[in-house]
Amino acid sequence: MSLVPTLASRNLFHDRLRFVATLVGIVFSVVLVMIQMGLFLGFGRMVTTMIDHASADLWVLPKGAKCFEDPSLLDAKLRDKVASVDGVASVVPLVIGFSDWRLESGELTPVFVVGADLRDRSLEPWNVVEGDVRALSQSGAVVVDRSYYDRLGVSKIGSTAEIRGRRVKVVALTDGIRSFTTTPYVFVDLKNARTYTGTFPDRASDLLVRLKPDADRDTVLKAVRAQVGEHEVLTTDEFRSRSRSFWLFGTGAGAALFAGALLGVIVGTVIVAQTLYSSTKDHLSEFATLRAMGSSNGYIYRVIIYQALLNAIIGFIIATAIGAVVVEMTAKSALPIVITPWLIAALFVLTVVMCVASAIGAIVRVVRIDPATVFMR
Amino acid sequence: MNEIIIEATGIKKTLGRGAGEVKALRGIDLTLRRGEFTLLMGPSGSGKTTLLLVLGCMLAPSSGTLTVCGTRTSGVDKEGLARIRRDHIGFVFQSYHLFPTLTAAQNVQLALDIRHERGRKAGKRAREALNLVGLEQKADTLPGELSGGEQQRVAIARAFVANPSVILADEPTAALDGNNGRSIMRILADAAHQRERAVLVVTHDPRVIPFADRIVEIEDGLLVDTGSGEPERLHLPKTAAFRP
Ligand SMILES: Nc1ncnc2c1ncn2[C@@H]1O[C@H](COP(=O)(O)OP(=O)(O)OP(=O)(O)O)[C@@H](O)[C@H]1O
Ligand SMILES: [Mg+2]
Repeated sequence: MSLVPTLASRNLFHDRLRFVATLVGIVFSVVLVMIQMGLFLGFGRMVTTMIDHASADLWVLPKGAKCFEDPSLLDAKLRDKVASVDGVASVVPLVIGFSDWRLESGELTPVFVVGADLRDRSLEPWNVVEGDVRALSQSGAVVVDRSYYDRLGVSKIGSTAEIRGRRVKVVALTDGIRSFTTTPYVFVDLKNARTYTGTFPDRASDLLVRLKPDADRDTVLKAVRAQVGEHEVLTTDEFRSRSRSFWLFGTGAGAALFAGALLGVIVGTVIVAQTLYSSTKDHLSEFATLRAMGSSNGYIYRVIIYQALLNAIIGFIIATAIGAVVVEMTAKSALPIVITPWLIAALFVLTVVMCVASAIGAIVRVVRIDPATVFMR
Repeated sequence: MNEIIIEATGIKKTLGRGAGEVKALRGIDLTLRRGEFTLLMGPSGSGKTTLLLVLGCMLAPSSGTLTVCGTRTSGVDKEGLARIRRDHIGFVFQSYHLFPTLTAAQNVQLALDIRHERGRKAGKRAREALNLVGLEQKADTLPGELSGGEQQRVAIARAFVANPSVILADEPTAALDGNNGRSIMRILADAAHQRERAVLVVTHDPRVIPFADRIVEIEDGLLVDTGSGEPERLHLPKTAAFRP
């Protein structure tokens, strides 16, 4: 084996303080980027939870609807038109919207009402931990998430409150259906949803279209489009990415996350470049000796780059461990940080690129010195 | 006459710039031959180190020509000069310049490593070189735990492990006491005589004169005496502490 790794690692570990400083820099930077990107992914996932959990093949949306939460409405009569299209199995209207929830204490808090026709099981509460979703058909029945007990002033099945002046009763509880908007979701029956959101019976927020098993999606999509005029018809994937790009980029949230990540990369690069440079400076006489011995510049670059890579790998491992803890800690929050294998792989590449780029400063420094000067003293 | 390893003619070297400009070498002709142990002596500041670095292709002469093992060095780029050093030249410095984080054996092996000689064979060669300088017991010791003389012996082993044609040593014994100095000089003399290398040693120390085949004196950037092969040591007083 070559002595390059030996020399590089000894150079690196020789000065413990500097090594620790370098690692802190890398870890700080990588964790920052990881969290920003994890938030980005988490946010991207959160904004589509409703779409993910709706059982629909196609979505009919009001023209220009940007996301699931979009308040615009469409004509509910479209339902029959769409249902008549060949290959369509069912069409279910969905009514959503913000409303006011009055706690027993009299306090008001905004909620986001999600109402679907329960008979069609198109979008009903999931992760139910207590109670029965079927009870939603009773008038005034609601399903809420356990994480919002305090916000909604409820504590168990049977707790009561008011939405828009109408008495509601909790009939089932879910676990982990949290909204990134921090406004609690309240699941209700379609009819109740109209009442709570003030939506007329001839209106709906979206139509969820399910296809027959043997139907060709693209063909049906075209046929449905022809029926709905200016309304939009999207596949679930299309709607998901539209929702995501609205929340992530339309709002600037994504840009802010990326800016944070970029900052992390810059800080990390500067720190690694700085410590690698000063380490190289300290070892200049050794590099000059290598040069006197006749080593190629390439050999010296390899030592420096190897040092950079070692920094990268060790820093990355520590950062990933910290990232895992952060993921664990935020798993139950409104905005969990999501770290995927792809993110890990991308971060690793980024860390390596960052560290190697940092090595360039050190390399330039080594190239500039005339090794002879070391021996003239 | 033995084969010429290094041939320098009309070497001039100006160091520094502007007001600080110094004509360190002012026209030097020197030939180093295989199997010859040459001493380069002269007062401080006379240009000994400068000449050694020029001969070792570490400093480009301002004018004059240098040929190392048949290769003219003028016009050769930095990497090319590094290759000439790698192929033909071994350096030994006054302050050893060992790698403090590598063991003695690794320090020696480094000279092979930069020549892409790796693996067990390289390790064996490094140990053999340490053996020749009497340090086989200290192969796994770090330089910091070696005495000055031992460190210099490691540096010498490193200089000749890859079989260079010429060894250039700049005051290798200056930091050493009499006994250590003598053993270093003996090793260098053996390198010339038994292993057929050209060896040039810069020194201030008259006690090493008895080891030399030839003494070259430099003063103010010019050689005073370039007599080749003269057994000048015969004319010197026998008070030298380092007798061979
Ligand atoms: N970088 C430099 N710039 C200008 N002048 C220099 C530089 N380095 C050395 N010199 C000068 O060049 C001359 C020769 O220096 P050199 O180091 O070759 O002398 P030396 O014979 O090796 O001396 P010593 O016995 O003290 O080591 C000296 O006058 C020195 O001051
Ligand atoms: Mg000198």
